Amino acid sequence: MAMTDQRVSYTLDSSLETIDSCEEKATRVAADLGFGDDEVMQISMAVREGAVNAVLHGNNYASDKKVTLAFERSGDELVITIRDQGKGMDLSKIPNPLAPENLLKTSGRGIFLMRSFMDVVEIRPSSTGTELKLIKHVHGPTAGGKEASQ
Amino acid sequence: MTMKVGTRQVDGVTLVDCSGRITLGEGSVILRDTVRDLLSKGNKKIVLNLADVNYIDSSGIGELVSAFTTTKNQGGELKLLNLTKKVNDLLQITKLYTVFDVKDDEAAAVKSFK
Repeated sequence: MAMTDQRVSYTLDSSLETIDSCEEKATRVAADLGFGDDEVMQISMAVREGAVNAVLHGNNYASDKKVTLAFERSGDELVITIRDQGKGMDLSKIPNPLAPENLLKTSGRGIFLMRSFMDVVEIRPSSTGTELKLIKHVHGPTAGGKEASQ
Repeated sequence: MTMKVGTRQVDGVTLVDCSGRITLGEGSVILRDTVRDLLSKGNKKIVLNLADVNYIDSSGIGELVSAFTTTKNQGGELKLLNLTKKVNDLLQITKLYTVFDVKDDEAAAVKSFK
């Protein structure tokens, strides 16, 4: 994908293949924009986690519901938007995966990983779906690799 | 891309050599089935050799946790061996490094079982 027009979007089915496809597209876009290997991995993993949320928790694999993925170069930022058509995520029900009582839970780490790997993570749930916005600075002070624990 | 596993026995310990990706879908299922199969056959000293696992997502992390707790609940022990840097980093930021017994030497891993 070439981002000559600064914005590219895809409409995808709610399937496991979509999750892999989103990850592959993110890897390609991030590499094309000149991110280093570690950042490419961080971006692709954050997008994968966002796609998992959209396909599973948002659309629940429903064949009549779509996932939209968009990449936009905006100034010094790569802005990635993932939308689903589910009922909307209840953010208050997402426990802190680092809390001792949650360490051995088998799920609930996706948003945490996104926040660890991206500079900005915005989640906007609504009754018609959830919009997830992931932002990574292209040439910002964190370009050398953000500390994941921050 | 596909996850592959092979098992071998060393001094009563089952080593599971994993390669590929442990992600939502096939990779996680293969790991889950492998561990459950081992436990059902009475193999309760398990080492997951992750030297050739280059990618794990949150579902894969959850599967590792599930394998760990399932083994423990059946009176066994599950340890991790030879983490790649990516996997090591993931376990660090999720604080799971403190949960798992992580080894970087196969012989030491085998000996560490009581």
